[in-house]
Amino acid sequence: MIYQAGSKESNDCLITIKESSETKIHIDSIVGHLFYDQILEAVKETLKEQNVENVDVTVEDKGALDYTIRARLIVAIKRMKKNV
Amino acid sequence: MFRSLLFIPGNNPSMLQNADIFMSDGIIFDLEDAVDINEKDNARNLVETYLLTTKDLPKTIVLRINPVNSLFIEDDLQLLMTRKIDYILLPKSNMISLYVLDNTLSFLERKNNFKKIKLICLIEEAKAVNEVEEIAKHTRVEGLLLGAEDLTNELEVERTTVGNEIMYARSKVIFACAANQIIAIDTPFTDISDEEGLEYDCSNAKALGMKAKTAIHPSQLDIINQVFSPTKKMIKWAQSVVKTYEKTGKGVFQYENKMIDKPVIEKAKKIIEKAKTFDLL
Repeated sequence: MIYQAGSKESNDCLITIKESSETKIHIDSIVGHLFYDQILEAVKETLKEQNVENVDVTVEDKGALDYTIRARLIVAIKRMKKNV
Repeated sequence: MFRSLLFIPGNNPSMLQNADIFMSDGIIFDLEDAVDINEKDNARNLVETYLLTTKDLPKTIVLRINPVNSLFIEDDLQLLMTRKIDYILLPKSNMISLYVLDNTLSFLERKNNFKKIKLICLIEEAKAVNEVEEIAKHTRVEGLLLGAEDLTNELEVERTTVGNEIMYARSKVIFACAANQIIAIDTPFTDISDEEGLEYDCSNAKALGMKAKTAIHPSQLDIINQVFSPTKKMIKWAQSVVKTYEKTGKGVFQYENKMIDKPVIEKAKKIIEKAKTFDLL
C-alpha cells in the first residue's frame, strides 16, 4: 500500500511513502544538482522527528522549498499511520 | 488597520512562498473554500510549517478556518499553536457559529495561555445579514467581511458590477461596523481581468463606507490599495487642519472658508493616522 501527499505542480513536490524492510529514500528533483543533499537532509530529519523507520520514500520535487517538503512528508506519514 | 487582504489557497506552495512580497496589507490563508475536501490535511500542514519556519511573514495574518460544524475545525484551530495568527476568519458566521467558536477559543486561551484571539466574521448568508448588528457587538469580533458570492447564490440573484443586489447587505455591514468601531471589509471582485470594473467596485464600496477590500489575485492589490488610501490632497488638507488646530487651540475655526469643528478635526486625524500606517507620510 502506498501513501501520497503533495503534487507535481511548480514549487511543490509529490511524496510517496510505503512500508519497507529498511529505510530507503529516492529523490528526483528538478534542482537536484544544487539541492540534493538539502532535500535528503530534510527527509531524514522529518522521518526522525516523526519516529518513522523502515519506509520507502520517494520525493518527486518540482522546486519545493524546505518547509514544503517537510509538510508534504508529514502528511504522507500521517496518512500512512492512519491506515496502518 | 488595513486596506487590502489577499486570499491565498492554503495548499498552494507557489503563492505561500511569495506571501510576504505581495503588496497587500494582510494575507488570508484559506483552509476552506479554496481547498479540496481531500486536501485539507495537506493545506493545514503546509500553512503550519510555513508559519513556523518562515522568517519574513506578512504584516497581518488571517486564517480562514472551515465552518465550526465541519470535521476539520479542531485540527484547523491547532494552527493557533504557531502563535503567528492575528485573526481567525469565521466562515458562515451567525450567532450560533460565533457562540460555538467563542467557547472553543476561550478554552484554548485558558489551556495555552493565549492572548485573546481576534475574529473577522464572514457575512455570507441572509441569516448573518439579519444578525449582523449582534455579531458586530461581540467582544472578539474586530471586523466583518461581506461575502457576496455565497449571499447572492442564496438569494438567487446575479452578481453585477454595479452591485445593486448587495447594496442592502453592504450597508448593513458598514453600519454595524461603524456603530461598533470595527473594520468593514468588502467582498472580493471576482473578474480578475476587469480592472475598470474593480476600480468602480472599490470606489463604490469606499463611498458607502467600506474601509478595506479583499483580493483574490495579487494583480488586484494595486487598485485596491490606491482606492482605499487617502489621496495626497486629503493628506495635505488633514495636515493643515490639524496644524491649525494645534496652533490656535480653538475647537472651532475656519479653514479654506469652511467651518472646522471637532468631527472634522477627528476626521483629519484619522486620515493622518491612515497615511502613516500605509507609509504615505
